[in-house]
Amino acid sequence: MSTPIVPNFDDEAGSGRKLAIICSKGNLDMAYPGLILANAALGEGVETHLFFTFWGFDMIAKKRMNDLKFSPTGNTAMHMPVGDIRVPQALAPMPGMQAVATKMLKKQIADLGVPEVPDFLDQIVGAGGHLWGCRMSADMNKFTEADLRDDVEGIISASDFIELTDGAQLLFI
Amino acid sequence: MPVTTIAGREVHVDAEGFLTDPSEWDHDLAAELAAAIGIELTPEHWKVLEFLRKDFATQGETATTRRVQTVGGFATKDQFALFPKKPAKKMAYIAGLPKPRGCV
Repeated sequence: MSTPIVPNFDDEAGSGRKLAIICSKGNLDMAYPGLILANAALGEGVETHLFFTFWGFDMIAKKRMNDLKFSPTGNTAMHMPVGDIRVPQALAPMPGMQAVATKMLKKQIADLGVPEVPDFLDQIVGAGGHLWGCRMSADMNKFTEADLRDDVEGIISASDFIELTDGAQLLFI
Repeated sequence: MPVTTIAGREVHVDAEGFLTDPSEWDHDLAAELAAAIGIELTPEHWKVLEFLRKDFATQGETATTRRVQTVGGFATKDQFALFPKKPAKKMAYIAGLPKPRGCV
């Protein structure tokens, strides 16, 4: 009798794989790639760290995290839902366009069952993810830990980050 | 489609080992599947498994971690505690369901 076919979930050894994702963008669309990948990595048992820097700081700042926006300005890849036409760049900066584009994007994301950024980060932390803030971004914004989500583990410097991610795969978004 | 023998009975599985025919599953098999991957089922585990089976019957696809949380009511942290490291895959396997396809 041969051994039964059973999935290998790689439990022993724990491959020791580590992933660090640098989230440097504050526009709503670019908040998601890091979150989706972090969530996927955590669901595969990979130790995952998210490091928020520059505009990405908005994703973890209490005053800003519920209010991320999206604009088609400079984004030539935004297409209208009808007819696959690109949004003309000349229209993109017009008053109201940012609000419309943000609303559209939020709806498309919600229709897929993907949560808003703060809830998504709740899920990531629940799954064991680690959140870190960038020292320099904090100084630039004059923010302290009190201004950030409570589950951010600390505001760390670039060299702290390099130490923390020894042996990790790095992803810059 | 490979066939493998678990707990003395034959079940159809895919190349990875996930059951391909949800109707071949029952509670006894679940306990064996769990044992095969090192998990001992407690009533807490069963609540999640029952939700997954019920949800699959109505939705036609396996619930993702997020759905297990928002619709099933099981916090992400608890899912990871019950099915360590790879909760979505492990719970689907033990429930005799395909791996969830969604991203969240």
